[in-house]
Amino acid sequence: MSDAFADKTRSTNIRLAGFGGQGIVMAGYVLGHAGILDGGNALQTQSYGSESRGGACKSDVIISEGEILDLVPPGLDVLVAMSQPALDKYLPNLKEDGILVYDSDLVKPGDCTIRALGLPATDIAEKTFGREVVANVIMVGCMAGLTGVASRNSLRAAISESVPPKTVDMNLAAFEEGFNRGAKQGRNAREDKE
Amino acid sequence: MREYKHKLLGYLRREILPTTHCPGCGCGQVLNAFVNAIDDLEIDPKNIISVTGIGCSSWIPSPYLKCDTLHTTHGRAVAFATGVKVIRPQANVVVIAGDGDLAGIGGNHLIHAARRNVGLAVFLVNNYIYGMTGGQVSPTTPFGAVTTTTPYSNAEYPLNIAEVVAAAGANYVARWTTYHIRKLIAAMKEVLQKKGFSFIEIVSQCPVSYGRRVGLRDGVAFMEYFKKSSVGVGTAENMSEEELEGKIVVGKLVERHRIEFTESLRRINESCQKRASGE
Amino acid sequence: METARARQYLSGLSGKMRFALGDEAAAYGALVGGCIFFAGYPITPASEVAETMAQELPHVDGYFVQFEDEIGSIAAVIGAARAGAKAMTATSGPGFSLMMENIGYAIMTETPCVVVDVQRSGPSTGQATKPAQGDILQARWGTHGDHEMIALAPNSVQECFDLMIACFDLSERYRHPVIFLMDGEIGHLRERLTFPNLADVHLFPRGGFDPADESGLIKPVREYGKGEAIHITGSTHKEDGMRDVVSQDVHESLITRFYAKIDRNRKNIIRYEERFMEDAETVVVCFGAASRAALGAVKRARNEGRKVGYFRLITIWPFCQEKLAGIGRRINKILVPEMNLGQLAREVERFVSVPVVRVSKIGGVPHSVEEVYAAIVRETS
Repeated sequence: MSDAFADKTRSTNIRLAGFGGQGIVMAGYVLGHAGILDGGNALQTQSYGSESRGGACKSDVIISEGEILDLVPPGLDVLVAMSQPALDKYLPNLKEDGILVYDSDLVKPGDCTIRALGLPATDIAEKTFGREVVANVIMVGCMAGLTGVASRNSLRAAISESVPPKTVDMNLAAFEEGFNRGAKQGRNAREDKE
Repeated sequence: MREYKHKLLGYLRREILPTTHCPGCGCGQVLNAFVNAIDDLEIDPKNIISVTGIGCSSWIPSPYLKCDTLHTTHGRAVAFATGVKVIRPQANVVVIAGDGDLAGIGGNHLIHAARRNVGLAVFLVNNYIYGMTGGQVSPTTPFGAVTTTTPYSNAEYPLNIAEVVAAAGANYVARWTTYHIRKLIAAMKEVLQKKGFSFIEIVSQCPVSYGRRVGLRDGVAFMEYFKKSSVGVGTAENMSEEELEGKIVVGKLVERHRIEFTESLRRINESCQKRASGE
Repeated sequence: METARARQYLSGLSGKMRFALGDEAAAYGALVGGCIFFAGYPITPASEVAETMAQELPHVDGYFVQFEDEIGSIAAVIGAARAGAKAMTATSGPGFSLMMENIGYAIMTETPCVVVDVQRSGPSTGQATKPAQGDILQARWGTHGDHEMIALAPNSVQECFDLMIACFDLSERYRHPVIFLMDGEIGHLRERLTFPNLADVHLFPRGGFDPADESGLIKPVREYGKGEAIHITGSTHKEDGMRDVVSQDVHESLITRFYAKIDRNRKNIIRYEERFMEDAETVVVCFGAASRAALGAVKRARNEGRKVGYFRLITIWPFCQEKLAGIGRRINKILVPEMNLGQLAREVERFVSVPVVRVSKIGGVPHSVEEVYAAIVRETS
């Protein structure tokens, strides 16, 4: 499944979307930061609304080996949806060969022909880590494991720098949980193909 | 002919005298009081940075006072002065400007500088009028007064600007008139030694653009009016609002000892640097 | 005024890499450029410049003051600058409008300072959170009276940093306010920011002599607090600083000197980037955020054999009119993609005789490569 992303000369356009307060912007920051730690280029933007909590929130990340010139690229390669309104709003922007990763506790994708992977990130965050807020790094991990868009080591480094020092271990553990699940799906998909 | 040489002339830029102020104007008295205050305190004018706005009163120190003089835009002197004080905290940063400048167009800066308690000595020369532009109504013009822009009667009530500054948090607020010249010099000396935002409203006269329309045709008439209308702060405390109508309450309105703003900034820098170096 | 502590703190950034906002990069550029005083008022999309300065200034013995408005902010910046500090403010369109009177004061008093304008959609509140490039003429002519202006525009996070240092350098060299014309798109996106080795960054000292100056009209900066009893006024003044507002010749010689000190140094101030220009028949002229899509579109067109060139203004003011006039003689057509209804295009038109096609886009979304490419195809077919 990650084959489409092996060619790093093309840009990968990723949108993370959900509600304010879910750590969407932080997830985008971590992903983009990992992109530059990998040695490529990355660009991250986010929505600026008047509400900090509860409103719609999105963060776009472009990762590319080449110069990033298109600030409004046509279509998404990856959509990470952490709320139903986010999915409903942005699914039409996902390219035909794009990938949807969603929090299956919060989002019901319905019938869609897009390749999709659901993960009960909020549930895992709550039950395994006792903190709902780490759902974002679980989702980032899952997406990265699945697509290979950023390396595990760079993501770990980016997360470690971005979260409060006392929560680094918990966030890294949550990330690994997501990453392993995503990577497993990626392997399965490749094996299916072979 | 022997040249007349006043002992305080050394504080002024002699080459540009006489001043442009009209005969009978209060601005000369304020300049006189200020120069006396710094002379009494033996403050070296090299340590004075004067910042002024636009209007007759801003011309009191600028350009006549022989020290660093920054003549700025209308109403913004206090904001300019804040930038100066932050960078030169050891200097006596003095703002002299009028009611239109400080209480009108620059009122917001005045309030917030008082709230910040930035260490400025601010002298608001209140002559009740926009004098330089020819006598338009100002924020301190009395109710009912006739001016060029209130040709029938002023429909607005005046701003008690000293009370506003006191309420905003200044460390020192007083009000005197140009009649109370000794008290004014004493208050200026207090202000020049005081840390934090220090403010004197100096009720002054403009016989030309204000006085002639309200029956006070020269400086002397104003002095008599100020003498007659002034009430000390202590006395005023026991007077009703009706009794205080038309009176000028003079004296020290407030004195506080809050930490001065630039001192606060420096303390924050120190603690921030200590924390960063793990001390 | 730069202290040993500041040098030490900033040298810790040497060679480091960050995933930074354009606004943050601009703030770090200012710090490296020697800025120790910031006064400002919160406004989207410039607040992150202020927040970064508030965070960092205490570490470099500098001072941050949040003012009651933008008028007070620029006033304090000029006050601090005259007292010896390198000083700046940052705002967006509405606040920039409020600053105009005092920007004129800085010009008239020859006070070095830097004003960042992270442009957003207008007029008025417009689309407050959305980017635009509609302030270039406000930057040039916003304050009243005759004057020159220096304004630079970045198109990447790295440039927000690099050009901010240049802004301080220019303001010190020419004793003139410098406008850093960022836009909400570049200010609010994150990219790689690599700090240079700070030992290699050379700053122009306050009041220094500039051997490159071609005007001979730059006077020494006189600062407060040195016991010189200097007089500084926004009114017309003579050489000694004392006002003279009635003599025609005093005003004329003062204002023409301000004009000439910038004009005669145009080649020292003007920066641009040109690519694919050798055999170009059509040229895309652009700046800031829109230049990213412009370059993408030009590359795509080149891949298809279209003879299209790319010319990006880095210095917006003074205007690179000689350069553009030269280009205009060699080519057939100019396209100007910009996030306004033709402010740059109008300026370009004044100096070329070939058609200048507007590829304007407003509404808060930057041009896509596809949009600029489509315009190139349309105009070159």
